[in-house]
Amino acid sequence: MPNITSLNVNGKKLPVKVDSQTSLLSVLRNFLGLTGTKYGCGEAQCGACTVHVDGVMTRSCTMPVGKVAGKQITTIEGLAKDGQLHPLQQAFIEADALQCGYCTSGMIMSGAALLKKNPKPTRDEIVRHMDRNMCRCGTYLRIVKAIEIASGGAKEVRK
Amino acid sequence: MKPPNDGPDLEVAVELERYELFADPLYNFTFNRRQFLKVFSGGIALIVPLSNLLTATAQLEQGESGGRGRFDQRVPNEIGAWIHIDEAGTVSVFTGKVELGQNIRTSLAQAVAEELRVPIESVRMVMADTDLVPFDMGTFGSRSIPFMAPQLRKAAAAARETLVALAAEQLKVAPADVRIVNARFVNHDASKSLSFADVAKGQRLVKEIPADIPVMSVKDWTISGKSVPKVGAHDFVTGKHEYTSDLKRPGMLFGRVVRPVALNSTLVSADTKAAEAISGVTVVRDGDFIGIAAADPSLLAGAEKAIAVHWKAPGQTGAAQLFEQLKRASSPSRGGGGGAGSGRPVGSINEGMAAADKKLAQTYTVAYIAHAPLEPRAAVAEWKDNKLAVWTGTQRPFGVRSELAEAFHIPEESIRVIVPDTGSGYGGKHTGECAIEAARLARASGKPVKLVWTREEEFTWAYFRPAGVIEVSSGVKNDGTVTAWEFHNYNSGASAIQSKYAFPNQNIQFHNSESPLRQGSYRGLAATANHFAREVHMDELAQLVGMDPVEFRLKNTQDQRLKAVLEAAAKSFGWGVKGQGRVGGQGIACGFEKGSYIATAAEVSVDPKTKKVKLERVVASFECGAIVNPVHLHNQVEGAVVQAIGGALFESIDFQNGQILNPKFSKYRVPRFSDMPEIEIVLLDRKDLPSAGAGETPIVGLAPAVSSAIFEATGQRLRSLPLAPNLS
Repeated sequence: MPNITSLNVNGKKLPVKVDSQTSLLSVLRNFLGLTGTKYGCGEAQCGACTVHVDGVMTRSCTMPVGKVAGKQITTIEGLAKDGQLHPLQQAFIEADALQCGYCTSGMIMSGAALLKKNPKPTRDEIVRHMDRNMCRCGTYLRIVKAIEIASGGAKEVRK
Repeated sequence: MKPPNDGPDLEVAVELERYELFADPLYNFTFNRRQFLKVFSGGIALIVPLSNLLTATAQLEQGESGGRGRFDQRVPNEIGAWIHIDEAGTVSVFTGKVELGQNIRTSLAQAVAEELRVPIESVRMVMADTDLVPFDMGTFGSRSIPFMAPQLRKAAAAARETLVALAAEQLKVAPADVRIVNARFVNHDASKSLSFADVAKGQRLVKEIPADIPVMSVKDWTISGKSVPKVGAHDFVTGKHEYTSDLKRPGMLFGRVVRPVALNSTLVSADTKAAEAISGVTVVRDGDFIGIAAADPSLLAGAEKAIAVHWKAPGQTGAAQLFEQLKRASSPSRGGGGGAGSGRPVGSINEGMAAADKKLAQTYTVAYIAHAPLEPRAAVAEWKDNKLAVWTGTQRPFGVRSELAEAFHIPEESIRVIVPDTGSGYGGKHTGECAIEAARLARASGKPVKLVWTREEEFTWAYFRPAGVIEVSSGVKNDGTVTAWEFHNYNSGASAIQSKYAFPNQNIQFHNSESPLRQGSYRGLAATANHFAREVHMDELAQLVGMDPVEFRLKNTQDQRLKAVLEAAAKSFGWGVKGQGRVGGQGIACGFEKGSYIATAAEVSVDPKTKKVKLERVVASFECGAIVNPVHLHNQVEGAVVQAIGGALFESIDFQNGQILNPKFSKYRVPRFSDMPEIEIVLLDRKDLPSAGAGETPIVGLAPAVSSAIFEATGQRLRSLPLAPNLS
């Protein structure tokens, strides 16, 4: 029997009827139509499914939805505020930190979570924090650059 | 415009690797005059005949359409691409190419915007929709830039001339007086102007591009050659872009395939009654295929469990016996080597060996590796009135359409394949398995079905980069001249089996083999394996005669472009400069493939206790003719270097008895943030040469450079990819 009846996503309380064991990722994508959060591995290895739960970086593919009911969930769709891109979203465009873009949502959500708790991370801190996010196109160095730009730590971007 | 390389190199550049296409038909000219006229809705269209793309030259036969007859109504029978300016003035480009992160959407739009003298934002790229775009073999082989871009450029130039002539008529001025400024046609003193819509309105012109239409010379480029940002980037950073796996159709079900326990299994029996009894679940059994579909995706796991299924699998070769099997099961040498690369022997190996002061024979191996695109295969299939529409992430939309036609015994005209910009492929998405499976489920359930492969399915049921064994024997003089070169590649492929070295006596052969695993294209194909064996062997020869590896390579080639990238990489890397704060061993390699040149220098450190290899620093120097988009080129080269780290150091498919033993990211290690070295990319811009593709060749230099660097750091010569597990 379904035992979750609503979920707080991107500032809205959304009705949804699912079993509490369903993964948060599946609920977001398949029941709520929020497909910006991606499936990449299903075992919290690639980070494509990263969202924020009460502001904390969370892999939604291994998170049973029952554990986050009542909490505030933010997905990539909710990161920009009033049409204004999050500084990290802007920095991704500026640093050209995406190619196929499939990892991008998760990268931005992971990076944004880092910047929230550590607004001026060092390069090592960025690498350590982001190490469980995977990009197959090989944009890692530019993602580091984008996080540095968003943190105000790097002004120069190669043109 | 001359192709990047004359003679045999061009053959290598344009001919298809045998693994590139499997057995599918090479051509299928179905987008013809009839279909074009169905889609064409007025305005002005400039058509690139398919023959232009197939001959891969910019020269059309002179004749009925050349130069004259500005408003020639002739539409070629077979269309390769076209540009359309509709009556509202919108510029659309129709091409079968697919966007997978290589940013071809941006590069092609740059070429068109340039010739039309309009901002890139006003160019709409319509790509990879088989109902709307002309046939295209596929997006692979680094072909889009050298072959598609010049043709679109010509079409855009022809469109511009046509529009200018029309504008001149309307403005009542001479065509020479009309310029395009900010997407408007203006006369010489800017006293009169017209928009694109003003000019295209009421027109119904179709024109084949003239053979001799002049295009802008590279030195005059203002949009190409510049770092134009990725088209559509905003939608990607906001999660708005819809990949296939994100699509939703009305009434859509979610699908799942019940997989056998091992590869090459046959179905013995299946009891699906219990699953069929679950309300809301559709079960399909067709031959060896068992699949399920349900509107509620949480029903799928239970339904799969409820199916009692028995498979029979044959005994199969495992990873431990792989290389032995590849050699044993190889067919005799073939001169053609599957179409590319192997050649007739040059000179005499015996004489070359007799002339040598030193000889060397070594064997090199490469493991199977997986593409592991972050978006696994996905498809959404929908039947309506016996017609099938499939959205899927593939590099070959028309190839997948053929596969669907064959699978469902319906004409290709009844099938539409649409490829949304896809979550990468790297040569791994040439086939249509997922599309067929989704279509089968949709047919049975009477509703649209979405099927997204799991990561394990992607690792198991797709195909791999071929494993291979390469044997090299050679002779060298003490002065560093290579006198004999014998090279046998078993199974991995013939791409770049030939080199730019001037070996006077050579015998180079590719041997087909029986692969225990399903294998196919991968970024660079066998060029990685062949460069690995060749360049490590070159390093060994340099060591044998006590010569610097850069000097040794320069001595054995006369190719100026190869020398240029090698020297550029050595210089930026600080090759041979003592005491540069080096932390470990250094290695270098160079090569050529598909019209472009690469040299890669690497520095590694090896922990003496844990034997952990850390790639510290890479310099890659790359030259592919005139640069189209410097930032995107830089990123493609850097991305290739990063992807190469996996295959060089740790990626390897482990398998036994028809089972993939490491089909997930927790068991199959791909490069991560913490694996990143410092990377410097040196781009050589040859504005005097046509642009070649850049997606593949930059991947080939890293593995041999790293192997040589590990040798310098540890004294161990590693001849098998991946390298790290072999370090003792």
